Amino acid sequence: MNIDRRDFLKLLGVGSAVLVLGPRNSAGEPTGMAGQEDFFFVQLSDTHWGFNDPKVNPDAAGTLKKAIAAVNSMKSQPEFIVFTGDITQTTDDPKERRKRMAEARDIIKKLKVKNVKFLAGEHDAGLDNGEAFKEYFGKTHYTFDYKGVHFIAVDNVSDPTSSIGDAQLQWLSDELKKLDKESRIVILTHRPLFDLYPQWDWWTRDGAKALDLLSPYKNVEVLYGHIHQEHHKMTGAIPHHAAKGLMFPLPAPGSVPKRIPVSWDPAEPYKGLGYRGVQAKAKENLYVLTEYPIPVKKESAEPTKKESVAPWKPEKAY
Amino acid sequence: METRKSILRYAAPLTTIFLMSFFIAGAFGADEAGQTEQVIKITAKKFEYSPNEIRLKKGVPVILEFTSLDRVHGFFVADLGGVRATIEPGKVTRVRIVAPKAGTYEFHCDLFCGDGHEGMTGTFIVEE
Repeated sequence: MNIDRRDFLKLLGVGSAVLVLGPRNSAGEPTGMAGQEDFFFVQLSDTHWGFNDPKVNPDAAGTLKKAIAAVNSMKSQPEFIVFTGDITQTTDDPKERRKRMAEARDIIKKLKVKNVKFLAGEHDAGLDNGEAFKEYFGKTHYTFDYKGVHFIAVDNVSDPTSSIGDAQLQWLSDELKKLDKESRIVILTHRPLFDLYPQWDWWTRDGAKALDLLSPYKNVEVLYGHIHQEHHKMTGAIPHHAAKGLMFPLPAPGSVPKRIPVSWDPAEPYKGLGYRGVQAKAKENLYVLTEYPIPVKKESAEPTKKESVAPWKPEKAY
Repeated sequence: METRKSILRYAAPLTTIFLMSFFIAGAFGADEAGQTEQVIKITAKKFEYSPNEIRLKKGVPVILEFTSLDRVHGFFVADLGGVRATIEPGKVTRVRIVAPKAGTYEFHCDLFCGDGHEGMTGTFIVEE
């Protein structure tokens, strides 16, 4: 069947997973590349360790631990895990910042999976240009390859203007030049690279430059955080997927006058929080995104059942 | 293309503001016809502007005169062509704005300033 991304998106709205179309040839057939394998990884985001407001999350100290226990109890363990920023809640005190990072890192070490990649959020890196983050979690921008997919971690938070910056853009350009235009690329970042809702600071000031660099590449996906909710958007041929947070949800962009956390609902604890599984399918050349909730029961709960994601529709036809 | 539109959306107004800063430096508070423009003084500190609700008249230019009481802050209005400014302590930062339509325009600090940064916002209420 000849199907393009737009058609595929139109099919969404039912089912238990979001399917993201991968590269296809001119006949619309999958163009899986030889030597690639399927793999599964998990995205966690916006854990905000150190946040303290019981009206927003009365289990601030337990939510991350519950998420980690849930990941550990998955029958199919991910091959690696990515944290897409705001691991800690910011603080002006450099000592306290490091204390929070050390605590978060120690909790994260309880993951069975030891291949963990970290990105910074502005709460981690915006006040000291990423200095403390680098001490505890490593570089803020880097690349790695996994089973035929080229991952690029882009830092749009260490600069307090929420910019990538010319130096990193040059680095990105140099990295991309090494790749074939058909390469499978996943961009990991914290803030949306596109203008999701600049009125709420939901953008990257020079994100358009990064998207221009990526535009010649046919198989790019972007995974990010920052907005504390699931969100999907196409810019050109590039799908962008925001993940839920693990401390508090935020309202849909522009849906309320102020960007303030959604209050905790005792009737539905942990509502709006969760993490994401990403199944990379080599032969079909697509990604399957599955959203998982925080289990309400004890940490020893059974593996979280795959939950249907809220149906998402493209805001317009692409 | 969306990304190009984005650049165009913000580049022109930012250039205008940049150029206007020279105009304001040379003829502070006066427009081309020599009329005095209203100056609105705004202080910025973690994590608030004061005042944070400002009434304006549609089409009437005003000069916002910012001072920071603690650290570097930002000022950004997405719906006024992406006009922005960096507000540094010890300096007066002036921004000239004109609201073309009646309504409300949200502004916020766009330089991450700490725990509470996301709540550093304000509103222009523009009347006919």
